[in-house]
Amino acid sequence: MKNFRLACLLAASLAAFGTGSLAQTATKVKIGLVSTLSGPNGAIGEDIRDAFNLAIKLNDGKLGGLPVEVVIGDDQFKADVGKQLFERMVKRDKVDFMTGVVFSNIMLAGLPEAVNEKIFYISPNAAPSPLAGKDCNPYFFVASWPNDAYHEMAGQHATSRGFKTAYLMAPNYQAGKDSLAGFKRFYKGKVVNEVYTKLGQLDYSAELAEIRAAKPDAMYVFLPGGMGVNFIKQFVAAGLNKDTRLLLPGFGADQDISRGVGDVMLGMNDTAHWALDINNASNKKFVAEFEMAYKRLPTVYAAQGYDTALIFDAAIRGVKGNINDKDAMRKALREVKFDSVRGDFKFNTNHYPIQNYYLREVKKDAQGRLVNVLASNQPIMANHGDAYVQECSMR
Amino acid sequence: MTWILFLEQSLNGLQFGLMLFLLASGLTLVFGIMDMINLAHGALYMVGAFLAAWLTQLTQSFMLGILLAIPLTAIFGMVMESTLLRTLYARDHMSQVLATFALILIINEAVRMIWGTDMPLAAPAALSGPVELLPGLFYPSYRLLIIGVGLVLAGLLYLLVTRTRVGAWVRAGASNREMAMAMGIHIQRLFTLVFGLGAALCAVAGALLGPLLAVQVGMGESVLILAFVVIVIGGIGSIWGAFVGSLLVGFVDTFGRTLMPALFREIFPPQVASAAGPAVASILVYLLMAVVLFIRPQGLFAKR
Repeated sequence: MKNFRLACLLAASLAAFGTGSLAQTATKVKIGLVSTLSGPNGAIGEDIRDAFNLAIKLNDGKLGGLPVEVVIGDDQFKADVGKQLFERMVKRDKVDFMTGVVFSNIMLAGLPEAVNEKIFYISPNAAPSPLAGKDCNPYFFVASWPNDAYHEMAGQHATSRGFKTAYLMAPNYQAGKDSLAGFKRFYKGKVVNEVYTKLGQLDYSAELAEIRAAKPDAMYVFLPGGMGVNFIKQFVAAGLNKDTRLLLPGFGADQDISRGVGDVMLGMNDTAHWALDINNASNKKFVAEFEMAYKRLPTVYAAQGYDTALIFDAAIRGVKGNINDKDAMRKALREVKFDSVRGDFKFNTNHYPIQNYYLREVKKDAQGRLVNVLASNQPIMANHGDAYVQECSMR
Repeated sequence: MTWILFLEQSLNGLQFGLMLFLLASGLTLVFGIMDMINLAHGALYMVGAFLAAWLTQLTQSFMLGILLAIPLTAIFGMVMESTLLRTLYARDHMSQVLATFALILIINEAVRMIWGTDMPLAAPAALSGPVELLPGLFYPSYRLLIIGVGLVLAGLLYLLVTRTRVGAWVRAGASNREMAMAMGIHIQRLFTLVFGLGAALCAVAGALLGPLLAVQVGMGESVLILAFVVIVIGGIGSIWGAFVGSLLVGFVDTFGRTLMPALFREIFPPQVASAAGPAVASILVYLLMAVVLFIRPQGLFAKR
């Protein structure tokens, strides 16, 4: 009796393992999307999720010809929650791919759970510089832009506009430090001061008093989400916008920020890889469909989420549904060609994008809404990669 | 640091402290009289801000928006007290913490469902620029309004607590609740009144700070922690303690944020200074609390 039961158990487990390894072409795709969907920064994750789902919907619920199931999780802006979600989706839900995280610190916590199990992660936002350089990973791809890029472009623009002195401010975490390092890399003027504030700080009155005393030509701040809304409101209330030109990275001036700040944002400049009015068919369709489906205009985050879905679509089609062949999948991703809403897109050898960056300006559209559109069709820099690619050993 | 900068930072510290006082005073009364830890106090602050933003949009008047938001939040607070929180008075502090923490989560998500993650609230155009107080000293006029309102409310609260009968009841309840009950004070009505007053003060703070800080879900949590630090420093149940404590916290935090990094830059190399400076600045307030607890554990002006 005991031997019979043992034999049954062995047969059952062999069957389970056997069927697992025999399957090659998948019949459906399961993608795990972990993002910040609640709290003050929830708007960012919602944009990524909504745009990702929109792309799938516009593709009849399929990516690369395979029906998609998206497993969604809310990391609540906490790294430990994000890590647990990654672990659950990879180990219990057995997702085929992961994506979604907004913030670099949360993504860095959860990423090992995916790449250690050979699950590809395509980032619709977070793209810290270590992963572009010495920590580059064969399973990690970036659909947004290297964390430094917007800041480098702002530094370049500040230099070409002749701002002799600049005052810098960012929150005290990895992306904050990357941002100011990026600005300084391309800014050739004098940096008067470099201030790191607390992550999530609301009141900048003390810092603004210091800025007034320093009288810089330009001010560059990296303050995503609610922090940015607060700072800009207070900056204008202190009357500093008359003497000091405020430069922002793209997401620091997008719909979620201008909605919170109001009309005082008109005329402010920022740098980004995408704008609402970029002139190509894919972007026109994306903006129109997004507004129709969700009754609001998309931000850069939404554009990135949409492009992430399009990358999955093109890559899965490239391997003809054979998503379990990891090497083929990686090759398909590296060579991916799709109609990006931003125009030209190519992956660098470190899996970070090479693309154009533009200067944008906050204006009012035909319906009187504040929108962030191209200040000029000429990019600040075209086909720009990142500064860390030489440190990456992947080829 | 020039004189102008020093004066400007002092005004900033004063403004921050006064707003904290509005929150801390309600919290210390609730803790002092009802012996209840109310974590949902921050949620009331958030509700006040959202109501002000929504009503300002409806009535197109900032003044009306704030004035209407205050009684509405007070009513919401009193309803919350008489239905949910009344059951918690007899229970231990841990149960109160758990229950009111759950309230925070529920109110956060409820606000999100009703109004969305955030709402715009702008100061009236007349107050959106700076005013020249002294030659060379420009200060945002809106912050001056906040300082003015904060001082007036502090004065009114002082008068209420020291010169009126209701204030006498409040002080009696804070000193010795059982004795106050024995002396025939309607304790249930007093509790509801105190809670409503606390909620109204929260609404004023939330509505006034709305144009400066973003009106968004979760805005109550960060101020709540500081409010607790203030009442621990000032002494539980003491309005005067809340006043002194909040001004202390306001000044220490404001000056700490600017002086600490500058001090570190003088002493340490830039790499260390840029990392350690802001970190130390953000914990200065808690260091202050630790020092006060060490010297006088019951708080500076404790009632009992």
